[in-house]
Amino acid sequence: MKYYLEWPEPDPTNLPPPAQDIEPWGETRVVGKPLPRVDAYERVSGTALYTLDMALPDMLHGAILRCPHAHARVTRLDTGRAQAMPGVRAVITAATPGAAIPWYFRGQGPTSMLFDEHCRYAGDEVAAVAAETPHQAILAARAIDVEYEVLPFVQDDAVALTPEAPAIHEGGNILGQETSGRGDVEAGFAGADVVLEQTYHTPCEIHTPMETFVTIARWDGNRLTVWDSNQGVFGIQANLARALRLPLTSVRVICNYMGGGFGSKLGLSKYTVIAALLARTTARPVKIALTREESFICVGNRAANTIKLKAGVKRDGTLTALDAVFLGSGGAYPAGATSTYLVQALYLCPNVRVEDNEVYTNAGPSRAFRAPGMPNCAWALEQMMDALATEIDMDPVEFRLKNIATFLQINDTPYTSIGLRECLSDGAKAFGWSEARARPRGRGHVRRGVGMAAGMWAYPGDPRATVIVKLFADGSVNLNMGASDIGTGTKTVMAMVVAEELGVPLDRIQIEHADTGTTQNAPSSGGSQTVLVSAPAVRAAAIEVKRQLLELAAAQLERPVEQLVFQDGEIMPADAPDQAVALADLRGLRGRQVIVGVGRRHPHPEGKIALPFAAQFAEVEVNILTGEVRVLRLVAAHDSGRVMNKLTYENQVFGGMAMGIGLGLTEERILDSRQTGKVVNANWHDYKIPTAKDVPIDQTCVPIDPHDTECNTTGAKGLGEPAHIPTAAAIANAVYHATGVRVTDAPITRGRMLSALAERRGE
Amino acid sequence: MRCWERPLIEIIRLSVNGDSHEIGVPSHYTLLETLRYVLGLTGSKQGCDKGDCGACTVLLDGLPTLSCILPVQEAIGRQVTTIEGLADPDGPHALQDALDLTGGAQCGFCTPGILMSAAALLNVNSSPTRQEIREALSGNLCRCTGYTKIYEAVELAARALREQRPPAEVLRS
Ligand code: FES
Ligand code: FES
Repeated sequence: MKYYLEWPEPDPTNLPPPAQDIEPWGETRVVGKPLPRVDAYERVSGTALYTLDMALPDMLHGAILRCPHAHARVTRLDTGRAQAMPGVRAVITAATPGAAIPWYFRGQGPTSMLFDEHCRYAGDEVAAVAAETPHQAILAARAIDVEYEVLPFVQDDAVALTPEAPAIHEGGNILGQETSGRGDVEAGFAGADVVLEQTYHTPCEIHTPMETFVTIARWDGNRLTVWDSNQGVFGIQANLARALRLPLTSVRVICNYMGGGFGSKLGLSKYTVIAALLARTTARPVKIALTREESFICVGNRAANTIKLKAGVKRDGTLTALDAVFLGSGGAYPAGATSTYLVQALYLCPNVRVEDNEVYTNAGPSRAFRAPGMPNCAWALEQMMDALATEIDMDPVEFRLKNIATFLQINDTPYTSIGLRECLSDGAKAFGWSEARARPRGRGHVRRGVGMAAGMWAYPGDPRATVIVKLFADGSVNLNMGASDIGTGTKTVMAMVVAEELGVPLDRIQIEHADTGTTQNAPSSGGSQTVLVSAPAVRAAAIEVKRQLLELAAAQLERPVEQLVFQDGEIMPADAPDQAVALADLRGLRGRQVIVGVGRRHPHPEGKIALPFAAQFAEVEVNILTGEVRVLRLVAAHDSGRVMNKLTYENQVFGGMAMGIGLGLTEERILDSRQTGKVVNANWHDYKIPTAKDVPIDQTCVPIDPHDTECNTTGAKGLGEPAHIPTAAAIANAVYHATGVRVTDAPITRGRMLSALAERRGE
Repeated sequence: MRCWERPLIEIIRLSVNGDSHEIGVPSHYTLLETLRYVLGLTGSKQGCDKGDCGACTVLLDGLPTLSCILPVQEAIGRQVTTIEGLADPDGPHALQDALDLTGGAQCGFCTPGILMSAAALLNVNSSPTRQEIREALSGNLCRCTGYTKIYEAVELAARALREQRPPAEVLRS
């Protein structure tokens, strides 16, 4: 599967072999416990400093002028009036030296520029200003005189495919058209007892992290430092260096506390480069914070999808064929729109064909959004599975249990572990599935129903991470890792790994992270890979520290290393615990003052793939007079391998499901496609994300741990994304169970619910 | 005074977390801008700057208020309490401890606003039901947590305050 990171995929095949032989953990003493975060107090006291909170001496503020038209060409641009406004220190445009930076790559070639005179969506960057205050910058940006030649635009994916549609890029609007699969679908359908066909639609969703998108750029001579709210400092650094033609060592990117990203802050954004250019032009630090409205328009979204799915099944519940046609648009630039993955991988099926169509439209470019493509695909596939189960009169859980694939059918690779069976059965048990399904659904205007859906995640992680653990003379520790903590609890989990190995209490571990100037390369916090990539590296580093300590102790105790054990921060001969030496009493440590352990993530297991699985269950109430759907109860059973910290684990699951409620019921970017082509609900008032009242009081998390000893040295698999994949589909299936009506277009707004009910009544 | 008659910068007296400040502020500033950019109290967050998200919630004479849409002049002569003033010198507020213990803060950006809304609730209702908690927090958006752990934290804090015991002890019992 294509995972749309905006920098070249690193080469995971060229990793050094593991330096040590690390055994899987048996019983753990720290890992897995429900421990509060190591930085909990900072987060609840207002002292955690986010990029948005920061200011540097002499700092200017930047603002960006964006094209107001969905499709236009800049014919004249005059910055004279803006330059003369109070407080303005710089105005940059496409004509500014150094600003001709290629952008939005398709393969190796750029499809646009930092400031492109051909504007392809309402929001494309045209010019930028730096001024003494944010207000002055915004006013000056508005005062830039621009004349546009307004061009016809297209925002409907299907229309964009037609030859009459205005061409957004040279060569037309088709970005990709690919067919893949296995077996013979026609034969599969011929052998089926039941064949169903349905078209589903999922909306364009906006990430809307609570902290908006923000950068502060500052130059010291030829060296650039950027404080930036993002999900992976090393990716941002690499792309920034490439854009500005600087060596990596001249670009330092720092991100400590950040207020959420969900994929939208994985890649380098234009505003970051613009801040760097403005800072260079003015020789002063420049901060650019996008407005909330801009955050809805120009920094990514989950592309809408139309999915036509045909499926065949035998009466005994054997799937015989799946045939799917996907259409989606990542907006005006190559950004990634569709995912066919679940259709190809989730269930055992010998005959599969998927056709994936991606087009350009005049709308804001998409970006990876929590499990790119997956909840959309689940929306279609899992509703189809539900419909098939109904048709052959089989319980939906039983139907899925019958069709579990024990290997990845896309490339015939076995899984290191698969807990999908337990997710389905234990989840059903925790939910009280059979009883809940048998309960009456109500006769009045309020109907109740239950539904479920399954899912899996596709990315095994990018296994390159280097971590340094330093142990000081008093036995306290510094953990130096490049990984970002985007709110998931990375710092806490990694410190717990150190504590597990070295017996150091959490409050004696200081963490330095996500700073390209002081920490080591680690993949970004996206793709549900942070724990399973960085935690093994942390473990390796801690074990390396332990090895060196044992050597020092061996010299002091005059015993061979093999006779010594490391326990609770002390080293002792296995046969003479009374001779234990505390770390602080190790003479060799006092001499050196510091022990440095370097740890690297090991490569992935050969010939196998480690992926997480999930099943979720929902109970809903539908008011058939108003169309209102309320989610009453959710149960999530996840095989994400080992639970590293129960609190952060549950949080990921509940948070992922809340987002799923948004996809299922409320979230949808609306474009004014008939007239202006603009986003009309670019704010949280009109774009509804779930509030405390939309999320059920009753939520349960059922961790399934298959005790995977092959996936990596911690046994943990990814969690952040799987938690979001099945929720919306489970809700849709529950709505069907409650009402007998299938709503195939997400989100199930009151309007859509009422139309579907009216349609059934024949109105 | 009408807004266009105001001077560009006004000298005002503002009481924040018990401290009285005499400060010059641009007269178009909101309370949030004053807190963050004049007083340097960045704990109150700027999530949307238009009254939609609750990240900027502070207490104004004990009542939860969206500081991003409150002209700073409206806060003159009233007691402003921000997240920085929630703890007292003896230690964190029970809500802060409880939120740590349940893990109710993820990225933490919504957290200050949520804590202030929850504190306002507990000020007037010492044993809120989950329904009441949801009602009180419904103006505070959180994109990360799914709210569940936040309800648990508010319940835990309420109990701790009622029983006059630290939340950690209540959790263990
Ligand atoms: S910042 Fe005040 S409500 Fe969003
Ligand atoms: S914790 Fe991130 S928005 Fe609430």
